[in-house]
Amino acid sequence: MEMENLISTTEFCINHQIEISFISSLQEFGLIEITTIEEKTFIDTNQLYKLEKIIRLYYDMDINIEGIEAITHLLQRNESMQNEITKLKNRLGLYEAFK
Amino acid sequence: MEYIDYYKILGLTKDASQEDIKKAYRKLARKYHPDLNPNNKEANKQFQQINEANEVLSDPENRKKYDKYGKDWKHGEEYEKAQQAQNQSSGRNRQSASGGFGEDFSSDFFESMFGGSSRSGSGRQAKFRGQDFNAELQLKLTDVYKTQQQTLTVNGKNIRITIPAGIENGQTIKIANHGAPGVNGGPNGDLYISFSITNDSVFKREGNNLYASIDLDLYTAVLGGEITVDTFDGKVKLKVNPETQNGTKVKLKGKGFPVYKQDGQYGDLFITYTIKLPTNLTEKQKELFTTLSKS
Repeated sequence: MEMENLISTTEFCINHQIEISFISSLQEFGLIEITTIEEKTFIDTNQLYKLEKIIRLYYDMDINIEGIEAITHLLQRNESMQNEITKLKNRLGLYEAFK
Repeated sequence: MEYIDYYKILGLTKDASQEDIKKAYRKLARKYHPDLNPNNKEANKQFQQINEANEVLSDPENRKKYDKYGKDWKHGEEYEKAQQAQNQSSGRNRQSASGGFGEDFSSDFFESMFGGSSRSGSGRQAKFRGQDFNAELQLKLTDVYKTQQQTLTVNGKNIRITIPAGIENGQTIKIANHGAPGVNGGPNGDLYISFSITNDSVFKREGNNLYASIDLDLYTAVLGGEITVDTFDGKVKLKVNPETQNGTKVKLKGKGFPVYKQDGQYGDLFITYTIKLPTNLTEKQKELFTTLSKS
């Protein structure tokens, strides 16, 4: 197993001063993925940005995990809609150029 | 410096409790926080104000100074120091007045704004990654036909980036770790570059396919023949079938635009024929057309 992209969950929680149970709850809600190696849990560095965002939403904005789950879905939809708009704008530009 | 009514920003009055301030901040943060409003500059600006108001009002000492000195609150310490000097009282544990509360505050504010430690609420001293930077790069369509490297200057630093062939207009790529430095030892943010691609070619691009219209003379269209057409990587010979109609579309497989991050794969080139009728006919040519029309 490639270890260099993994951060120990315990270490992450100490650094961020959060409870390990919070990370477990996020995993239960399917908001993050945790890797278990020899009974120790790790977080992939690719997920750090997402996880830190969730921490801000939870601790600084007082949004509960259910709310974070809903927000995450809406932000994903928003992003895919933005991409769709970009694509459509490009297509529209193509037809306008033919006029 | 212009007076900012922090109570008004948070929608509160001066008699608001610490709990009211916390609630008002959280309510507004849920509306304007950059995490919830990606790429929304207006919301980010609003959030800066809200965060600044919260930083001052949620700290009882700062709030006291703000309430006491009003619009001059940032110079409050200076004023107090002068008062102390006058009263010949010394030994107060204060910081230099020249730096001022404002400077210290701005720095804290900046950290908090971009995901740094928040002194309100839980009191976590967390490590957070730095702010992400966004930049726009304008390129020509001919520039993105091949993978190329460019050196960009972002916040005074030169960054050499590889732009993969086939990148789309409006597409954004992430350059990891080239954003703002992390807070409390956290990792750096990322740099996001959006591409604005202008078409400087005769081709129209849609995804990986290219489209072009070429003129075909009547005789080649009727009798068939061979023509040479331009593609992005040179000229190709193309066989024209006899009795080709105006508006006929032909596909040149693999002569389109490179597929993004798929080495060696290309879209197709679609050529539409526009048949041009001959003009300035001689008498002899007219006779031949007349004969043809009666045949």
